[in-house]
Amino acid sequence: MNTTIIFTIATLAILGLLLAIVLYIVAQKFKVEEDPRIDTVESLLPGANCGGCGKAGCRAFAEAAVKEGLGSIHCPVGGNPVMQKIAEALGQTIEAKDPQVAVVRCSGSCDKRKKTTVYDGLATCATIASLYGGDTDCRFGCLGRGDCEAVCKFDAIKINPKTGLPEVDEEKCTACGACTKACPKQIIELRNKGPKGRRVYVACRNQDKGAVARKACLAACIGCGKCAKTCPFEAITVENFLAYIDYTKCRMCRKCVVECPTGAIHEVNFPPRPAAVKPAAPAAPAAAKPVAEPQEKKVEIPVEKKD
Amino acid sequence: MNTLIVSPSPHVHGKDNTRRLMGDVIIALLPAVLVSIWFFGLSAIHLVCVSVLACVVFEYLIQKFLLKGKSTVGDLSAVVTGVLLALNLPVCSPWWLIVIGALVAIGIAKMTFGGLGQNLFNPALVARVVLLVSFPVLMTGTAFHAPETGYLFGNGDFASAALDATSGATPLGFVKEQLAKGVAMEEIMANPGLSYTQLLFANMGGSAGEFSAVVLILGFIYLLCRRVIKPWISLSILLTVFVFAGALYLGDSSKYLDPVFHVLNGGLLLGAFFMATDYVTSPMTTKGQVIFGIGIGVITVLIRTFGAYPEGVSFAILIMNSTVPLLNKFQPKRFAKEAQKK
Amino acid sequence: MRTFRMGGVHPADKKISKDAAIERLPLPKTVYISMGQHLGAPAEPCVAVGDKVKVGQLIANPTGFVSAPVHSSVSGTVKSIEMVKDLAGKPGKAVVIDVEGDEWMEDIDRSQDIVREIKLEKKEIVDRIKACGVVGLGGATFPTNVKLSPPPTATPTCVIINGAECEPYLTSDYRVMMEMPEQVLIGGTILMKALGVDKCYIGIEENKPEAIKKLKALAPQYKGVEIVTLKKKYPQGGEKQLIDAVIGKKVPSMGLPVDTGAVVQNVGTAFAVYEAVQKNKPLFEGIMTVTGDCLEHQRNFLHRVGTPLSFIMEYSGGVPEKASKLISGGPMMGKAIVNVDAPTLKGTSSILYLTEAQTKRKAESNCIRCGKCVSACPMGLEPYLLNKLGRASRFDELEEHHVYDCIECGCCSFTCPAFIPLLDTIRQSKAAVMKIMKSRPKK
Repeated sequence: MNTTIIFTIATLAILGLLLAIVLYIVAQKFKVEEDPRIDTVESLLPGANCGGCGKAGCRAFAEAAVKEGLGSIHCPVGGNPVMQKIAEALGQTIEAKDPQVAVVRCSGSCDKRKKTTVYDGLATCATIASLYGGDTDCRFGCLGRGDCEAVCKFDAIKINPKTGLPEVDEEKCTACGACTKACPKQIIELRNKGPKGRRVYVACRNQDKGAVARKACLAACIGCGKCAKTCPFEAITVENFLAYIDYTKCRMCRKCVVECPTGAIHEVNFPPRPAAVKPAAPAAPAAAKPVAEPQEKKVEIPVEKKD
Repeated sequence: MNTLIVSPSPHVHGKDNTRRLMGDVIIALLPAVLVSIWFFGLSAIHLVCVSVLACVVFEYLIQKFLLKGKSTVGDLSAVVTGVLLALNLPVCSPWWLIVIGALVAIGIAKMTFGGLGQNLFNPALVARVVLLVSFPVLMTGTAFHAPETGYLFGNGDFASAALDATSGATPLGFVKEQLAKGVAMEEIMANPGLSYTQLLFANMGGSAGEFSAVVLILGFIYLLCRRVIKPWISLSILLTVFVFAGALYLGDSSKYLDPVFHVLNGGLLLGAFFMATDYVTSPMTTKGQVIFGIGIGVITVLIRTFGAYPEGVSFAILIMNSTVPLLNKFQPKRFAKEAQKK
Repeated sequence: MRTFRMGGVHPADKKISKDAAIERLPLPKTVYISMGQHLGAPAEPCVAVGDKVKVGQLIANPTGFVSAPVHSSVSGTVKSIEMVKDLAGKPGKAVVIDVEGDEWMEDIDRSQDIVREIKLEKKEIVDRIKACGVVGLGGATFPTNVKLSPPPTATPTCVIINGAECEPYLTSDYRVMMEMPEQVLIGGTILMKALGVDKCYIGIEENKPEAIKKLKALAPQYKGVEIVTLKKKYPQGGEKQLIDAVIGKKVPSMGLPVDTGAVVQNVGTAFAVYEAVQKNKPLFEGIMTVTGDCLEHQRNFLHRVGTPLSFIMEYSGGVPEKASKLISGGPMMGKAIVNVDAPTLKGTSSILYLTEAQTKRKAESNCIRCGKCVSACPMGLEPYLLNKLGRASRFDELEEHHVYDCIECGCCSFTCPAFIPLLDTIRQSKAAVMKIMKSRPKK
């Protein structure tokens, strides 16, 4: 009886010892010399492996940071605080980058943009985009099947079932850029968050002539150019019947928002305007109709001239 | 003009749908059910009804309250499981046994994995094996005797006569028992209850579905004609059992059963035609299917001949079920390989 | 009876327009001739706004090796050169011509006589076919002269003329075989001469017995031409499947059909080749079917390229009330029409009306792993697996499972009892994988 127990213990102990030695030898033999700083940097990173930096994951980012320096790479998820810490750890200095956020440049919600066909295939934006312009007459607009939502690792972008458009949760968005790549219509853009989160942007991608765009969608940019004329900072350019606001030049005066006849220019996170300035202006969704209808005729003229 | 529908090609669909395929399986099983009813009357009706009803109700409840999805009862897969379960149980099973079986089949073997198409093992067989292990007495032997109340209608006399002939056990169980006692094979086979005609048309012992080989073959032919299943799995099982058992029989005919007896008996046909061919738990490619079938055949004969149980089909199919994900790694033959660079 | 060896499905035949003789469609007021009517680089217009053009006059030059010239299909004045939306609503460059009279180029032989003697030499034939803008009319619209100039690594041994027309509903090829059988046979002989081979097979499916009979009766007059009856099975008209069915050779993965020695041309293309070589007539007309169960009169038309689809629809009795999906091409591989004002192209073979009941897809349910898609796939792929991998964007595994072999025939989606849109996902994954493979540096 006793001998059995002793034998068992002895066998197991010897076996364990032998295996430990084998493991040690193997570990020594195949040891990979790695810069310990890579581990340090990796531990500082958010660990989302989102690929927003352009690398395969956080480990790859850390390797690149150690080997090539921080000059050309940036972790959009961790942002400036994390980048500062990494720079300290590596003994480098870096400039702070302006924080960015994903912005949806389409305001063609279901009530503004009629469905003209019934799409009956696989419900992804990429499939629709490879087949035709989309189930509305606007072939530049959001397809609403949520490819952006599917790729977002931070639960920050969601299709609103009421409008059929994606909405970005600014708190959660890390500006990793996954949605901008997933969107087959290039509707989502990374823009500077702006002071106090205030931003002004053109929420439309329609590059058709004014009349065509207008017919397809009530909220489309018709390329009338009023905003560009109004802008005191030359931040707005109109190309292919589509206005674009350069966020590095925009000074948030919001004159263009008031001027836009279709409500395609959006302002976010501003305090409400004093009622005296203009009643119809604040934020786009509710305002679009009352503004649009009386001004429609005025709008068409500059477009015709352009032709 | 209507609002145009737009989609990628193809723009039309074939006639097949899940409900139709399941419906065809039910139709193919009907002859077996009817024969069962013809012999056992109300008991058989009771068995089938309770089993189907329980399966459907469990599926409905689990889908609604646990998985919280759209009801999947309409695809008829629960009905198929119900009928198969009934055919795998003794005719005189008490209602609670059937309900436990249905709960195991639907609740444990199917819905736990996520419902139709997700399960690894054949639900009806899992239930049968669980019951076989948990209630061995009810599931074998004496349970095949008529209930005390007698059969309410149906040709009970014929049934009892045959039952007496095989001492109430399944033919395979009977043979195994006798062999263990040291009785010679020839003597055993002289028993009138074990004649081939009996086996083909009305083999009394066993579960409701092991009843008559002819009706099972009829159902199989129906499934083939409707292109519901391909014959490879079934044929490879039967052929393997025949060849393997035949080899043993040629080796020593006094100790081993003859291959025809093996093929016609112990639910092998039911298993080969209806259980092993279950879409979800069988391989996709022809190659995988043949290997799957051969595996089932070999394991069946091994268990029957050398194992403790007289029956081996259920275990064989379940064991092979577990290899399906692996067998699915066999890629089908490609149309053509890349050209070799000169 | 011959057929291809793997997979395939049997959709209902529905050749309801097969007895409608080919009618000449009247001229529309304006035609919109697209510059992108063929596979490859779009052509570049060589006429200016205000120019007078005649029927058959060259209006656009090819812009690359895989490209084809475009000819005017009408006589009149060039109104504009602008972006015109195609049937999917995608804009593309087109020459818009206002129709005035019907004045043809003088060098086109407009007589009805059949010219049997082939005067041109091998090289001249290929050049003529190229100059006449002949492209494959079986669906891919691949420039025919490119196919007739195989790479030096391959030696062509035979011509296969595709008369399978395996898509349900379509009857344009059938009508060509019925009404122009001799021209098709001469076209086949010309193709043989152009390639320097002495064998030509014409593969026709068994559901067209009259066409088989007619061609079999005439074939003995043409040396080397053999009519092959094929079993009815979709996708028999696929190039790889047809070669397998007719001569039993398999096109290697990622290889060219001509690697097997066979050059496949559609029946319609053979006819176009005949007209180009024997009659000097460029490709500016096409034969198309207008059909559908909900349509009262089934028709086959000879249309001028650039005719708006809406014009044809109106002429053939308007869009049926019940029609919910309009398709250009067959129901298995055709394209859904979004823009009814789009013009016809050289390769337009039909307008098909389907009702909602016929075409609306049913809700997708769980895969039951029945393996029907695996047995239906003519390329030996595993669609159920590709679908799963595709939805998870696992491109390396998709490549391991040869997603690039997919011919997009739609057999998998057609047969799936759970109504899973297998091909929709596979098509997307295939495009993504092909892109990755192309971006890889070549060894």
